[in-house]
Amino acid sequence: MHDITQTVSNFVDLNWMNMTYLFLVGFIGGLVSGFIGSGGAFVLTPGMMSMGVPGLVAVASNMCHKFPKALVGAIKRAKYGQVDIKLGLIMGASAEAGVLIGAQIQENIKRSFGDAGSNLYVSVAFVVVLAIVGGFVLGDAFKSKKNTQIEVEEEEVTRIAKWIQSINIPGTMIYFRSLNAKVSVLFTIPLGFATGMLAATIAVGGFIGVPSMIYLLGAPSLMASATELVIAFVMGMGGSFKYALHGLVDIRLAMIILAGSLFGIQLGAIGTTYVKGYMIKLVMGTIMVIVLFSRALMIPVYLSQLNLISHLGETMVKILKASSFAIMVLALLFGGLMVLGALVKGIKEEKRLEKGLSVT
Amino acid sequence: MAKQSKKKLLSKMIIYGIGTVILYVLLLTNQDLVNQKFTLGGFYALLPIGTAFIFSFIHGNFTSYFWTVIGIEAKKRREIK
Repeated sequence: MHDITQTVSNFVDLNWMNMTYLFLVGFIGGLVSGFIGSGGAFVLTPGMMSMGVPGLVAVASNMCHKFPKALVGAIKRAKYGQVDIKLGLIMGASAEAGVLIGAQIQENIKRSFGDAGSNLYVSVAFVVVLAIVGGFVLGDAFKSKKNTQIEVEEEEVTRIAKWIQSINIPGTMIYFRSLNAKVSVLFTIPLGFATGMLAATIAVGGFIGVPSMIYLLGAPSLMASATELVIAFVMGMGGSFKYALHGLVDIRLAMIILAGSLFGIQLGAIGTTYVKGYMIKLVMGTIMVIVLFSRALMIPVYLSQLNLISHLGETMVKILKASSFAIMVLALLFGGLMVLGALVKGIKEEKRLEKGLSVT
Repeated sequence: MAKQSKKKLLSKMIIYGIGTVILYVLLLTNQDLVNQKFTLGGFYALLPIGTAFIFSFIHGNFTSYFWTVIGIEAKKRREIK
């Protein structure tokens, strides 16, 4: 890492264009993560790299904006009673271990197969995880929406979560208020670990963290997405510190993104107070499925670089890369619009209700 | 909301807003120094981490008051029976 430290001693020059771009992406990323617990990193990191920021500095700087953002978001949502701090801290600590192992695997792959091999691994991880988890979350969101329409208030705890909650392993049982039940840490530790592994691989651990808290542990969506912010804080701070020890954090980039994302995260957090649980699943599932297509487009590029398929022309590679990035931006924008839409609708309804109450 | 508390919120927003502007001006006008010192690694890792905490406190409070002042607030809890 020391060689890299020397090459990054000259950080990129910041101009107004770059700063505005980072601020805006930060804002939308914040909006989404205030709502679903994570998001934004998949656009921010490649976005910074396209400005000429070296890959590791982009990852490090993104992480250094993520943990203060998650902290502010977690505090805000804790005020609404949505955070399970105990679950967040326990999963966060195991996620930290997952990040370390995940980063090690990444390094080994890079050493053995080069950049293309490592990129292929990341993209395949994206596609596999997002296809399975994203597809499931989105499908369930539509089902929950139907339930909500027939006035079923509570989200149903899945059968597997009920089974996990029913297992009693003496000495490992902890009561979690989000689950209103005792669960063995032997279940939460691997889930946290998987969240960390995913965060180290595709930068968005929440895509495993939130669904696992909902479907495997039995937490309500609103509490799972809020608790994810605690996990993101623990993971992000540990990661940022590790990168900062090697001088890889460009604090200017991190703080400019933070400038936008703190506006966003407050708004996203406020938005959660107006929605039912299925909305969290809907936004998360939609983003996951759109991002899945974006990454799937890049797989042929890496396969061709590894000579596993016939060589792709330069124009083709450019088109695929540009479309992939554009779809990723679209995923974030779409997520942001859904959150804003839910917020505006909620506020309007609230005002209507208030008027009605004051009349009667 | 009572008039006075709105005034209070506004003044808090302004105070944290000024604090935020000062922080960003300091950061952006001292880029060379920041780039040099914050990337030394080792013990100096505390500089970027500490900065992130300070910014998140001041700017986080500002953004919170900002949305409240312009009228975007969380849903009020009421008992529905």
